[in-house]
Amino acid sequence: MDNIDRALVNELQDGLPVCRRPFDALSARLGISVTEVTERVDRMLGDKVLSRFGPMFNAERLGGALTLCAMQVPEADFERVAEAVNAFPEVAHNYAREHDLNMWFVLATECQERIAEVVADIETGTGCRVYDMPKCDEFYIGLRLPV
Amino acid sequence: MNAILKSRPYRLDAIDRQIVMATQAGLPLVAMPWDAVAEQLGLDPDEVIDRVTSMQARGIIRRVGAVPNHYALGYRANGMSVWNVPDGRVTELGRRVGGLEFVSHCYERPRHLPLWPYNLFAMVHGHDRDEVEAGVQVIADMLHGACRGHEVLYSTRILKKAGLRIVAG
Repeated sequence: MDNIDRALVNELQDGLPVCRRPFDALSARLGISVTEVTERVDRMLGDKVLSRFGPMFNAERLGGALTLCAMQVPEADFERVAEAVNAFPEVAHNYAREHDLNMWFVLATECQERIAEVVADIETGTGCRVYDMPKCDEFYIGLRLPV
Repeated sequence: MNAILKSRPYRLDAIDRQIVMATQAGLPLVAMPWDAVAEQLGLDPDEVIDRVTSMQARGIIRRVGAVPNHYALGYRANGMSVWNVPDGRVTELGRRVGGLEFVSHCYERPRHLPLWPYNLFAMVHGHDRDEVEAGVQVIADMLHGACRGHEVLYSTRILKKAGLRIVAG
């Protein structure tokens, strides 16, 4: 990555205007052509420096539901439980964490009612209690990591 | 609850849905990307832009931009910091913590007593664990008298990471 790549990543974290030629102002600020902007973004997507380029949707505003769940899984049973949890298509991410609550996963469903059904199915399938921690409020300003 | 969460889900019409489906995997990397989307869907580019602008105004689209791969950019450490603060102050304190540049995903969540006394979650990112801990200290200083306890949970392994599909095709 050179300095122009870094400047692009920083600018693109802030977002682009929604208009016919969204890259024009950015290209002028960076002193490179629009073609060079799009080629660099394309390369950074290919190199996995960027994981996505486009509109960031808010699933809940579209009627979908999300929640964070935690479980206390006995170490000896961890792999079996992880496999059982991951098999649910509603499980979007799942992380092992250092804590008594050692498995943390996000459920994403098309509607709110489905969350409780999936939680119950996971408890039945794994024998572990699920601590459901839906967000009550969000203070999301947006991560901006300077590079 | 803030205004966005309290309001009812916005019903997408068929054309909005087409636009979401055409762009949820990403936007074409050309000088006029919305024109390319419009052409693919057989729509007028100005209509696509009007609808995307409206979805952004309604909070359905947070922004149009890029998501960096934290790990590839050298931010290899992250810790889920969790804080026990008074319910009456969680909104005020959460807004301040959420405004920190190294914090993502700052949420109020329910406690599960006695096992889980924490009601404010803030994901802290850094180049290494020391930098994460420095960030956690910044939050601790910000919350000082209001915080009755906190922990930082580090991830040891990604067990699953699937793309989030917003609208099924």
